[in-house]
Amino acid sequence: MSGLFKVSSNPHIRSKMTTDMIMMTVVVALLPAAGFGIYNFGPRALLVILVTVISTVMTELLYWLFMRYLCGQKQRELTVADLSAVVTGLLLALNLPVTIPLWMAALGGVFAILVVKMLFGGLGQNFMNPALAARCFLLISFPVQMTNFVCDAYTGATPLTALKAGEQVNVMDMVLGHTGGTIGETSVIAIVIGACILILAGIIDLRIPGSYLVTFALFVCIFGGRGFDLNYITAQLSGGGLMLGAFFMATDYVTRPITIRGQYVYGVILGLLTGIFRIFGPGAEGVSYAIILGNLLVPLIEKYTRPTAFGYRRGGARHEK
Amino acid sequence: MAKLTFVGGIHPYDGKEMSKDRPIQDLVPGNELVYPLSQHIGAPDEALVAKGDRVLAGQKIAESKAFVSAPIHASVSGTVKAIEPRRVAAGDMVTSIVVENDGLYEDIGFYPLAPLEKLSREEIIDVVREAGIVGMGGAGFPTHVKLSPKRPQKIEYVIANCAECEPYLTSDYRRMLEEPEKLIGGLKIIQSLFENAQGVLAVEDNKPDCISLLRQLTKDEPGISVRALKTKYPQGGERSLIYAVTGRKINSQMLPADVGCVVNNVDTMVAVYRAVVEGRPLLERIVTVTGDAVASPRNFRVKIGTSYQDVLNAAGGFRVEPEKIICGGPMMGVSMFDLNVPVTKTSTALIGLTVDEVSSLKPGPCINCGRCVEVCPGRVIPSRLADYAERFDEKAFLDNYGMECCECGCCSFVCPAKRPLTQEIKSMRKIQLAKRKK
Repeated sequence: MSGLFKVSSNPHIRSKMTTDMIMMTVVVALLPAAGFGIYNFGPRALLVILVTVISTVMTELLYWLFMRYLCGQKQRELTVADLSAVVTGLLLALNLPVTIPLWMAALGGVFAILVVKMLFGGLGQNFMNPALAARCFLLISFPVQMTNFVCDAYTGATPLTALKAGEQVNVMDMVLGHTGGTIGETSVIAIVIGACILILAGIIDLRIPGSYLVTFALFVCIFGGRGFDLNYITAQLSGGGLMLGAFFMATDYVTRPITIRGQYVYGVILGLLTGIFRIFGPGAEGVSYAIILGNLLVPLIEKYTRPTAFGYRRGGARHEK
Repeated sequence: MAKLTFVGGIHPYDGKEMSKDRPIQDLVPGNELVYPLSQHIGAPDEALVAKGDRVLAGQKIAESKAFVSAPIHASVSGTVKAIEPRRVAAGDMVTSIVVENDGLYEDIGFYPLAPLEKLSREEIIDVVREAGIVGMGGAGFPTHVKLSPKRPQKIEYVIANCAECEPYLTSDYRRMLEEPEKLIGGLKIIQSLFENAQGVLAVEDNKPDCISLLRQLTKDEPGISVRALKTKYPQGGERSLIYAVTGRKINSQMLPADVGCVVNNVDTMVAVYRAVVEGRPLLERIVTVTGDAVASPRNFRVKIGTSYQDVLNAAGGFRVEPEKIICGGPMMGVSMFDLNVPVTKTSTALIGLTVDEVSSLKPGPCINCGRCVEVCPGRVIPSRLADYAERFDEKAFLDNYGMECCECGCCSFVCPAKRPLTQEIKSMRKIQLAKRKK
């Protein structure tokens, strides 16, 4: 018997799931939407995706080099391999119009990683979804380019803008994705395939998307001005970034409440905010702003939905008898 | 009927197939037996023997005057070689009585106090105390204390904890298959202490053979039922088990008796039977020796005080050099750096693992995924509690129910960032418990 055995605190076994595997699964789940975007909008969509992904990954890498070699943080570990920057880059690209100037797409990637993620402490510390924050940053800074959905394939307005103007839209096209819009948001089917991958892999559950979509549907039913018009509600649900937002961005671990009751509350708040922005706001879109605003409410939601431990009555004594 | 269960929990690889079909074998102890004076929760015992004394098997060699304590008996005959600090499984040094085995196995003679029907409630509890019986599932809480609630008439359930939810362990499983009448006998004795209590044998449904055997044997007992529990860790945790069986909830501040329950492990119930009916104190227990590093996984009937090295040798030693050895189950057991440690009343198993997953994994940042929240049977937020513990924010830790953690390890198990959540929460709890005692 040679030497001593290893010791550590219990438990002595661990599940196989790792952070890297979660991120990899999200990347895979985003591929149907990305693939459809490339098919729908042509090869330039692929270019935009590549630019943002390279931009996010390079930003994280350069930040690490900067901190390690110029700021003396010798212990700092490179986190690029966990694929979270790839997820951010991919999500950002799917939220951009295909016509966007490439430098703008790259700038969005830098903003997402540098400002929103790394400056707040890196993975797990960002208070907003980096991809959405970057999208909103670009929307405010470059409103014209960010809402230019005219490309080779589509010349008109997005279905939601048409809907807002009171025109009829083809709901079938919206579900399939043959409409104008950002690269990854148009096809409900592609997004739902990705969402199914996430649900089956146990990465997300339906608490947030479910409460989000139901609340939003009820909201447009009541305030949309068309009553219970199935065609209209389906169009509202399928249009804009709602599906992509509900399944891929509202469910972002870092920026959603960790409490189970809080997740329902968060979904409802997102549904209400999206409804308000879409129906009463000046633009046709509202998902991005709703989610980043919801992100900011997370600490508050968590405070009021703190779970009651097993064996206690809600609001009961916490410690000491 | 829907399977009885609780909210949360995990489904780890259970590894029970390695040893479950191995009948219990008697293990011949080595030359030296070591009896640490603290094998239970509560006041440590004081030695009743001195160096050089000859002791017989079954002779009481240590006890304490405190109510929450249990005496210790010699499990072999021989001479007291020393009373000195010895290493125990948890790694610390505990004053222990060391007995040189003379190989004669002379005992003091075991006689029941009186036929069961003639024993009063107090006499039964006293026999259990004198026999040194403690919770043998791992906790080591003195059993006579559990059997003496303030209002015995309020006890409605006596639950035999036959869940054995820890992966790898098969000692309770073998006990149920091989000595079910003693288990049922023990249950009936405990039940007889509580006039309003029904007996429940709660078994996880991964042991269908035990369920049908126990059902068969208790079919004419109207006061006893066998309940199938969903197989899920930590189904055998006391709070989870009570909830699964009765739907009643207790927190860390409460005792099972507060919701009318008394819970005892399989081996404990058998020990109660043997103490009351056969007059035998607690001298041995069943230990599973298993793991992928062990040559021939087995279940042994081991005399308390036997060295783990002897237990391992009886199972053929190691097939390959293990990286880690665990006393108890992989979820809640303690890892040992050395095998020269005695089997105590609470030693359920010896597991040898060729790969230590834990030391090969590097913790990363928490991504707030919430898996720990989903699995926590205490319904707290382990990732946040671990964070408060790390920053030593005592107020936040207590305000967020930090003391409600039962240290089952589910959060560390599922964490994709491989953070040592249980360890951090555990350390903080230890500090807080120590403060309370002051």
